[in-house]
Amino acid sequence: MSVVEDMSNVESQANVVQHVVVRFAGDSGDGMQLTGNNFTQATAIYGNDLSTYPDFPAEIRAPIGSTFGVSAFQICFGSEDVTTAGDQVDVLVAMNPAALITNLKDLVVGGLVIVDSDTFTDRNLTRAGYKSNPLEDGALDAYRLLAIDITKQVVEVVKPHGLSHKFAVRCKNMWTLGLTMWLFDRSRDAAIQGLRTKFAHLPEIAEANVEALNAGHTYGETAELPTGIEVYKVPPADVAPGLYRNTTGTEAMAYGLIAGGQLAELPIVFASYPITPASGLLHTLSTQKQFDVVTFQAEDEIAAVCTALGASFAGSLGVTSSSGPGISLKGEAISLACATELPLIVINTQRGGPSTGLPTKTEQSDLNQALFGRHADTSLPVISASTPSDCFDVAIEAVRIATKFRTPVLILSDGYIANASQPWRVPDFNDYESFPVKFEEEPTGFSPANRDPETLARVWAKPGTKGLEHRIGGIEKSFETGDISYDPDNHQKMTDVRKAKIDGIAKYIPQQDVVIGRGSGKLAVVGWGSTYGAIYQGVKRCREEGLDVSHIQVRHLWPLPSNLGDLLSKFDSILVPEMNTGQFVEVIRSRFLIDAQRINKVSGQPFKIKEIEEAIKAQLESLK
Amino acid sequence: MNAPEQKLTFKDFASDQEVRWCPGCGDYAILKTIQKLMPEFDTPKENTVFISGIGCSSRFPYYMNTYGFHTIHGRAPSVATGVKLANPDLDVWVVTGDGDGLSIGGNHMLHVLRRNVDLQLLLFNNETYGLTKGQYSPTSRVGTRSPSTPDGSLDMPLRPCTFAIGAGARFVARSIDTEAKHLAPVLRRAHEHVGASFVEIYQNCPVYNDGIFEYIKDKKTATETRLLLEHGKPLIFGQDNEKGIRLNAQELKLEVVHIDQDGVSEADLVVHDETNKVLAQMLAELKSPEFPEPIGVLYCNPASAYHADVYEQRDAIRLKKGPADLNALLRSGHNWTVN
Repeated sequence: MSVVEDMSNVESQANVVQHVVVRFAGDSGDGMQLTGNNFTQATAIYGNDLSTYPDFPAEIRAPIGSTFGVSAFQICFGSEDVTTAGDQVDVLVAMNPAALITNLKDLVVGGLVIVDSDTFTDRNLTRAGYKSNPLEDGALDAYRLLAIDITKQVVEVVKPHGLSHKFAVRCKNMWTLGLTMWLFDRSRDAAIQGLRTKFAHLPEIAEANVEALNAGHTYGETAELPTGIEVYKVPPADVAPGLYRNTTGTEAMAYGLIAGGQLAELPIVFASYPITPASGLLHTLSTQKQFDVVTFQAEDEIAAVCTALGASFAGSLGVTSSSGPGISLKGEAISLACATELPLIVINTQRGGPSTGLPTKTEQSDLNQALFGRHADTSLPVISASTPSDCFDVAIEAVRIATKFRTPVLILSDGYIANASQPWRVPDFNDYESFPVKFEEEPTGFSPANRDPETLARVWAKPGTKGLEHRIGGIEKSFETGDISYDPDNHQKMTDVRKAKIDGIAKYIPQQDVVIGRGSGKLAVVGWGSTYGAIYQGVKRCREEGLDVSHIQVRHLWPLPSNLGDLLSKFDSILVPEMNTGQFVEVIRSRFLIDAQRINKVSGQPFKIKEIEEAIKAQLESLK
Repeated sequence: MNAPEQKLTFKDFASDQEVRWCPGCGDYAILKTIQKLMPEFDTPKENTVFISGIGCSSRFPYYMNTYGFHTIHGRAPSVATGVKLANPDLDVWVVTGDGDGLSIGGNHMLHVLRRNVDLQLLLFNNETYGLTKGQYSPTSRVGTRSPSTPDGSLDMPLRPCTFAIGAGARFVARSIDTEAKHLAPVLRRAHEHVGASFVEIYQNCPVYNDGIFEYIKDKKTATETRLLLEHGKPLIFGQDNEKGIRLNAQELKLEVVHIDQDGVSEADLVVHDETNKVLAQMLAELKSPEFPEPIGVLYCNPASAYHADVYEQRDAIRLKKGPADLNALLRSGHNWTVN
């Protein structure tokens, strides 16, 4: 039975449900992302756990009514822990026929579909590919349909504000938001406040939108809606006490970089070049100039990484970010950072590829690039973020490793994590342990080749320090003096030392733990990155059915935690879900000679929980 | 900046590394001129940074006893931008060549100039790829025979000073490798100028492109082939200073005229004005043998430097926003408490 059927069941206790998935879909100009974000905010304030999934086209303003121009925002919220945006949609808000036809397949049978009937014109129906009107031909019989002349309602409501028809129609999203807020008993206060701030310089527009929002809500309260469509309660989630906020991966990553800089006591130079879906990081950090952060939009990807590396040479922490294609361009400079042994943070917000691929969709297919995608032996630490809020700690960890070991560190995020939001129990920054960088200052015995005997980190002496003038560069350097050296034995030694330094980082990272389940058993599902949420729920549900399965989530992808091989060997079987054709699974197979199995998905969409559950069951079945 | 405690000499700026350019390479002369020039500046030695890309000229930092970074092909302007952004107190020099700076690194050169990052950018132009054994370069003349163009190159060369002025550089000059008496003052001017200072240095490659600048270096022909630029002085050249450059206003171009012939007097000649961008662009286009080639400062018209603007904007924002507090940032926007 679907959630909505459940909701409509008069026997159920006052329309209380545990979790609901709502998707807002419309033209890319319909304001669906804004609607979704407002609803998310209200839901967070209400106290539900939640996870969102904004899914929008690469085109900024696709032709009106086209299927490829449909922009959607999905939110799953509930009174239990929510780690994905949900497999199937319970409530679909479709602002036009194109939004309906492209999203209906994800609506659960019996689910609620709310449409703006005014947009179901012959022209829009044809453009969406409908032969006849689905509101009339019975195509929606399997669902609960709420067809409202939203456009007409909105135009009527905002008339007193003197808006042109064009601007009046743009308030449709707020009307729909109002109705949805009524449906789930959300407070409109934050949304109203937000509209008045957003349109502070256009008070007429602000008030028209507020009016539309309120009108949508009133419509729900007063209209005679079909039986079963009434206010539903999704009780607040039982989560750990504390102060919460919503965060996207982009925000958490930006704040984590600032935090890392403060903990390392280093200013940050963040140099980047616009690319979807990574640009948000540049935008966010550009608004934080009150911190010790300089942001720089370079002329290209190569200039961005080189500027960051130059900044590191000069004693700041250089950070650059991009997505896969841009990381390709940065490769040579990353190798220079490996050769010169300077700290550098490189963030890859992965997207669907190859080449331009699917710029607004998510994928995990740059792992091989991160691990191996440069010329020569250039091993470097790679760490991954699993959830939006995880980006905060991952960024700090990257800064810690980069500065302690004087090495570039690559962070793997992806489009899903970057744009999705989740409630975040805000940490107290005072609880974080600082790791201040000590620059070399003593001329006696100084050589640019000096190393920390334990970490093997090369000395960091910044320009401006008297008596430490020295040269570094991409030509191989003598292990002893730091001067240019073409000596065969020296190159062997330097290559070995660079590798040993990175391998040795394994001693300074946490041991691999188990997210849920035991440290041994029949099956371990091993994830990295944004597959976390789906794996977590999939494993949890299977365990509730009594299945022997555990969830292991690997953050440090290189070097791997030193106990990972032992831990994996305690399971009869290993399953690695990835949004690529099988990259980490090959690392596990080759590193540990374990016959790890794979489940892969490269549709540009995150895994569904059900897909993970089915894979777990199939894998366990095959062991019998 | 603090004054150095004791007077430094050129030896203080020579590193202990053996210089490895080919015998007779113009780079030796440039290195010597710069090592001799450095003690003149107020900049403490430890605040001086040389940054280079790849190519013969790009080995330069290894021979300077300052901070130095030998980076990757074409990217020195970007690395230098990062250095200057991180620490505006540093005195940053970029050493590049015609291939490094205008071919693989052309994009960065364009943008570092238009941004007016406070750097001295020295482009050693030898019209060839020396380090990769003599292929033609983006400044090679049409018809240049090289390993990659055995039948002669076909594409039009780029004129570095034209490029620099077009990119928006506020200081553009040209000099010659072995002429320390001209090169040193030009570099001094470049160093004085706050913002991106672009200096093209004609540099002889004795191995792959020997003698290409002889027409302008040879004392016998130099009076006819070089136009010494001096701000506020008329454009005069020739063995007896008998020729000059006049503006043909009808055709909007410069032309060579003989003083005291056809009614031409010195008063008819163009007076060099370093701040005139149109004139600078016209001068940059003059080439031998039709014209004498200008050496000296073609253009100098300072504007605020990029790093200064960056920090000024930031300081203003800091003043407005008050002290930075990460815990406050984390708690900004909508948040809620769960008990």
